[in-house]
Amino acid sequence: MARTRRPVVTGWFTDDTVPEGAFRLLGTRCSACAAVFFPREDDACRNPVCPGGGALGEVPLSPRGRVWSYTDGRYRPPAPYVSDPDAPWEPYTLVAVELAAEGMVVLGQAAPGVRTSDLRVGQEVEVVPGVLNEDAEHVWTTWHWRPVAPERTEERA
Amino acid sequence: MNDIAVIGAGMHPWGKWGRSFVSYGTAAARAALADAGLDWTDIGSVVGADTMRCGYPGYVAGATFAQALGWQGARVTSVYAACASGAQAIGTARAQILAGLADAVLVVGADSTPKGFFAPAGGERPDDPDWLRFRILGATNPAYFALYARRRMALYGDTPEDFARVKVKNAAAGALNPLARYRKPVTAEEVAASAVVADPLRLLDICATSDGGAALVLCGLDFARRHGHPDPVRIRAVSTVSPTYPRAALDLPDIATDSTTALDPAPHAFRASIARAAYEEAGLGPEDLSLAEVYDLSTALELEWYEDIGLCGPGEGAKLLRDGTTRLGGALPVNTSGGLASFGEAVPAQAIAQVCELTWQLRGTAGDRQVPGARAGITANQGLFGHGSAVVAVR
Repeated sequence: MARTRRPVVTGWFTDDTVPEGAFRLLGTRCSACAAVFFPREDDACRNPVCPGGGALGEVPLSPRGRVWSYTDGRYRPPAPYVSDPDAPWEPYTLVAVELAAEGMVVLGQAAPGVRTSDLRVGQEVEVVPGVLNEDAEHVWTTWHWRPVAPERTEERA
Repeated sequence: MNDIAVIGAGMHPWGKWGRSFVSYGTAAARAALADAGLDWTDIGSVVGADTMRCGYPGYVAGATFAQALGWQGARVTSVYAACASGAQAIGTARAQILAGLADAVLVVGADSTPKGFFAPAGGERPDDPDWLRFRILGATNPAYFALYARRRMALYGDTPEDFARVKVKNAAAGALNPLARYRKPVTAEEVAASAVVADPLRLLDICATSDGGAALVLCGLDFARRHGHPDPVRIRAVSTVSPTYPRAALDLPDIATDSTTALDPAPHAFRASIARAAYEEAGLGPEDLSLAEVYDLSTALELEWYEDIGLCGPGEGAKLLRDGTTRLGGALPVNTSGGLASFGEAVPAQAIAQVCELTWQLRGTAGDRQVPGARAGITANQGLFGHGSAVVAVR
């Protein structure tokens, strides 16, 4: 039986109906004060001086940002992180990314194969769809940060 | 002045003892009562700092300790604020004393910790940010410490050798503290040879999780005088502030910071605001300090605290360390107890233990760790989910 792809958390990023290049993290934005929330806030604006009366609407976050900091996990994290206890632990890389337009820092795992030695603070990265883990029934999808390839940076420059 | 007196301080040694947190807490409480020269039945109120790791008795720590010491009818309160629980317990006791609700208050915190990383509560809880950061990112506490450390390296030029120096300094102080869990001097080479946990931090850069218990007997100044403490150590400020939106510094257990699209961040980030509130309430500043106890969850984080409590400007923490300013014998010793580097973290006891160290230092009874002529000290700490914690004590 084919496994079903499911987001590890609902509503935080675009689904598989959009092409990979259009993958985005999804936050919400207050129409009254322009505050952006990620993880999404759907109940009420949390800006204490928001004039009020606005609505929270879904908004895609900037697909690119700059590395604020990074690290890795050399030891197996405890549950609810899912890993095979019988398999040797493979460290993953964690990246904190500064999004200029939103004025916020968003954490994420780096795309597979990206090591801390591949990263530096200030470097440009982009959000890409990724897989967190798979079990008997599901492929649990997530977001990853991946360094923007040098030639593509140049294209933009 | 809203000063209150510290007339009793007591701790159970930190370690991995494998007993119930209740036994550490009651041992610390008895030590604090003996130090104060009071009987347990003289206590009108017990404030317990909760632990989330020891089942229901941990959630109602005030009652748990009161029952273990023998029910005597005292008012009981239990508070939880993660690592800042102890400061909230002290703050609660102070409010009761200043409001005239209790003469003498016993504050107790204790924990019994499992081996390895702290983990979130069990179950499937996608509404809990602490659960989510583990589920989605596998982001342990050391992962956050490492992000801050790497950021300092990039921004200020701090090096892993600077971080190791913090461990060496705190281990040297801890070696002189009979209550510390780790009592051996540590060399920079030993730090560098320990395993990387979360790049760039190594095992000896990161504090352990420990069993331990700490307690204080607090009261008004009149009560202190009447009970043989004419010149007690005084708590002059207790800061339990929360962050200001938008919170622009990434903090445990969050997956993102607040956005600054609607509002600029306050001029002082959250950690700096904790100490500022304490200084303002105490009517003194960093220039008046004899010593400080700060929450060195990691070596790199201790350097951030130097800046956040105003000992130096942003980015100057490592210089202060290299100068020797913050070691025992320096101009402003930090973590004279040995800090978390020597104790490991017993969450609800830790902020209380910081005040125990200030008390002994200000009394001049800190033995080989004594800061000569100590007159004023600050403790600083931060609990996840936005809990500030700082206490200013003077003599």
